[in-house]
This record gives sequence, C-alpha cells and structure tokens, in this order.
Amino acid sequence: MLIRKPADLRSSDLTPKQLYVNRRSFLTGSLALGALAGAARGGMKLSDAKKTAYNVGDEKITPLEDITHYNNFYEFGTGKDEPAENAKNFRTSPWTLKVEGEVAKPKTFDQDSLMKIAPLEERIYRHRCVEAWSIVVPWTGFPLAALLSQVEPTSKAKYVAFESYYDPKQMPRGRWAGIQFPYVEGLRLDEAMHPLTLLAVGLYGETLPNQDGAPIRLVVPWKYGYKSAKSLVKIRLVEKQPPTTWNLSAPNEYGFYSNVNPKVDHPRWSQAKERRLGELFKRDTLMFNGYSEVASLYAGMDLRKNY
Amino acid sequence: MSTFLGKILGSRWTKAILFLACLVPFLLLLWPFWKLVTTGNAPELGANPVEYITHYTGTWTIRFLLITLCITPLRKIFNQPKLARYRRMPGLFAFFYVCLHFMTWFILDKSFSLSDMWADVLKRRFITVGMLGFAMLLPLAITSTAGWVRRLGFAKWQRLHRLIYFAALAGVIHYYWLVKSDVRLPLMYGSILAVLMLYRFFIWKQAPVKRGAAERAAATTPNTASLPD
Repeated sequence: MLIRKPADLRSSDLTPKQLYVNRRSFLTGSLALGALAGAARGGMKLSDAKKTAYNVGDEKITPLEDITHYNNFYEFGTGKDEPAENAKNFRTSPWTLKVEGEVAKPKTFDQDSLMKIAPLEERIYRHRCVEAWSIVVPWTGFPLAALLSQVEPTSKAKYVAFESYYDPKQMPRGRWAGIQFPYVEGLRLDEAMHPLTLLAVGLYGETLPNQDGAPIRLVVPWKYGYKSAKSLVKIRLVEKQPPTTWNLSAPNEYGFYSNVNPKVDHPRWSQAKERRLGELFKRDTLMFNGYSEVASLYAGMDLRKNY
Repeated sequence: MSTFLGKILGSRWTKAILFLACLVPFLLLLWPFWKLVTTGNAPELGANPVEYITHYTGTWTIRFLLITLCITPLRKIFNQPKLARYRRMPGLFAFFYVCLHFMTWFILDKSFSLSDMWADVLKRRFITVGMLGFAMLLPLAITSTAGWVRRLGFAKWQRLHRLIYFAALAGVIHYYWLVKSDVRLPLMYGSILAVLMLYRFFIWKQAPVKRGAAERAAATTPNTASLPD
C-alpha cells in the first residue's frame, strides 16, 4: 500500500538533498534564493501539502539531521541517537488507526484513508521537550479536529485517549526504558479540538521518518514533547481523564496537562529556559511555548496545581 | 613473574604512558569542541553538543573515581605494593574531569550566573549532591602531594582521603537522580562501587587487630613505603 503517488516530478528531484536539508544556511544566503527554497521545501512528495500561516517568525528551522538523530522514542532505546538506528526496519505498512469509544461512528482508518481525512498542510511549530531543549519542525499533517468530527463524539466524550504502537519483537529495547508500554497519552476534548492540535504524517515535506513517529503521530505544540504521542494505533474518546505514561511513571514530575510553562519547574530542573538545538546558550522559554491563543482553554485554572 | 610486573610498575615509562592514556578522553573531546567553537558545527558531538559534553565529562569523572578505587583492591589481591603509586594519577584525573564537567554546566547552562547556580544547588537535589561530591574532591586534589602527606601525617592524610568513598557515592547518586527512567547506567556504576566498598569492608572486618596496630604505628612513624610519590 502506498501513500498517494506524487504527481510527476518531486521538488526533491529537482533540488539536491544537501540544499533542502541545509535550508537554514541556504536561506541566509539571499532573499532572492529564499523564494526558491520555499519551493524546495517539498510538499509535493506528500501529495501537495499547502503552506499555512502557522510559522515561527524569524526563528530558524532545525536541520533535518537534528530532528531525525536526536529523538526521545523510548520503545527504540533511551539514548537520543538510538531511535534513528533501531527504528530503521520498523514496519509502518500496513497500518491501521482505530477510533472508538464515545463516538457515534467508530471507524478504523487504513493508511490511504488517513491521508484523505483532510487536505494536508505544512505547519512550522516549536517543539519543546520537558528536558529543556527545543527544536523547530516543519510538520505536514491535518488538524485532529477533522478526524474527530468524522467519528462524531457523543455528549459523553470529555477526553481523548491516544495509544502508540508497541511490539516487543520490533522494539526489544523497550523493556529497558523504565516506563510502561504501550505508550498512552491524553487530551481534554477541547484541547484535542483546538485548531493547533495536529496529526502529523510528515516533516520536511516527506513522510515521517520512523524515529519521528511514523506513520502518524500527534503534535500538540503548546505542551511538552511527550504529550505528542508517536506511531498512533488507537484513539479513544472517553468520559474520564485517561491515564498517561509519564504521569504513571512519576506523577509528581509529569502532570496530565503538561503545558509548557516557564514558571512551573520540573522538580529536578528549571523550565525557565531551554536550549534550542544549534544554539550554544539557553533562551527563555515562552508561556504555552509561545502559543498564547490556547490560554483561554485554561481560564480560571491553577496551572501550578494542574501542571 | 612478580618481579617482572614489579619492574613494569616501578618504571617511569609506565606512568608516562598511563598519563597519556588518562588524557585520551579529553583529547578526543578537544578537536570536535574546537570545531564547534570555530565553525559552530561538530557532528561528533551530536545535535546537542552541550548536553553531550556535560554527560561525557561527568561519565569520565565517575569512571576515574572507580578506577582510583580499584587500585588498592588490586594491590592487595595481586600482592603488588608498587600499585600504590598509581592511585594519585587517576584520582587527579577524576578531579580534572569534574572541573570540566562543572565549568561546562556553569558556563553553558548557567551562563556564568552565580545566583542561578546557587539557586540550583539549593533547590535541585541531584545538583546538591553533585556539588557535594565536587566539594569533597577539592581537598583531596590539594592534599595529593607528598608534602601534604608529611604535613598531615599519614594516618590523618589517609583518613581525609577516605572522602573519595563519599565523593564516588555522591557521583553515582547524582547520576541516578538525574536520569528520567532508564537507570541501567547509574545502577551499573553503583554496583561497581558497591563491590569495591564491600571488598574494603571485608578486609577491614577480617583484620581488626592488625589494622589497629598498623594505624597506631603509622600515626607515629610515617610509613614511607606506602607513600604515593
């Protein structure tokens, strides 16, 4: 089974990989070349994802090499460079994503139907890990809301629970990770429906590399990275707050909400600053990772308690 | 065979070679670090070079502390008194690597801010215990010379240098408290330390009378045979 065939010529056929991988230094070259780089970003390889207004201003996009060789994907090992190596032969096809629970129309999507839920968009998001490092990622995907509206959540649905793929045979390193698998995550329904919440199927204009959560993953840019569960196989709409993996592992360190918040420290380290990969010194962490439009979701809530 | 080994251990060349060997982890870091500073790009250090250097220097500190703590058991088990000459070098290298570790954190993580540093030391237990270990290594490095052994007297000097047990323990706890969920490596270093300490405990248990006598003797006449040179 294939992702939709590319029209004819891919932008990556026209542009040397070196060039679009190193777009950062390329872009700094000149503004005129910048227009070319826009085309080189791809988007054709994943059919033709449309560019969007979701951007991060003048912050540099993290090189593909870093996004694909500095990963927390504990099923494939706890070292940052391990997933790139150990996920090489991970089978992501065939793949199904089951959506069930408090919905009028439970549905199982295969890879083809996942690609057709909504038009694919490219969105450049900040990604802030709870370990105080961050990257900027050009994701390709579609809003989670588009998928949820297809299954029609009932009035009982208050939360959305996510489950990642786990197969000890394909992921033998998982048994040493120190956390329980399958990896589970959760959002409140209004968080899940927020237009920023993305189901990503690609980055840098190509399908997701295995180590970044292929074939489909969650991206919630205003929350710490571990909320953005990878390689999803199940989405369940539920009435009560679902369990989440890191919260089960250390409830005093990782809460259900896990909003990026420079004022609420992790018990063992400060969250006031972060190291953007590629930068030597730390930069200030922004409230909600800079996505202040989500603040209204938490009006009246004590974010110190609901960390 | 014992005399042959004794000859090797007594040779200055052996020491010089071991010195260079202890320097290798530092030299391996130097070139990529230079590239990072001058060109901003050092693939050897991965996507997060500061984290890499911090973990690298921290790991080598613990390794050198454990190497130092291996010497005495090896000396006793293989009956090689000359091995006592090889405690100071790895010990000082542990101090060297912990200094690099501390400077990396202070400069690149805390951006030279003393107040930020103190806030972390007081607030974060893994940093508190790490700093404690660092603080314990400082007097050991200072008093590592033969002159200081004479000044303090061997018994007192030896008692002071038992701080290394607690410094190593602090290092292992520091590491254990730092990791998120995968505790295999800190547990491995902790187990090695436990074995080395258990060995000392049993030796101490076995010969309580002799030990007392030896310590009393050492307190009055410095035992120059076991002095590090």
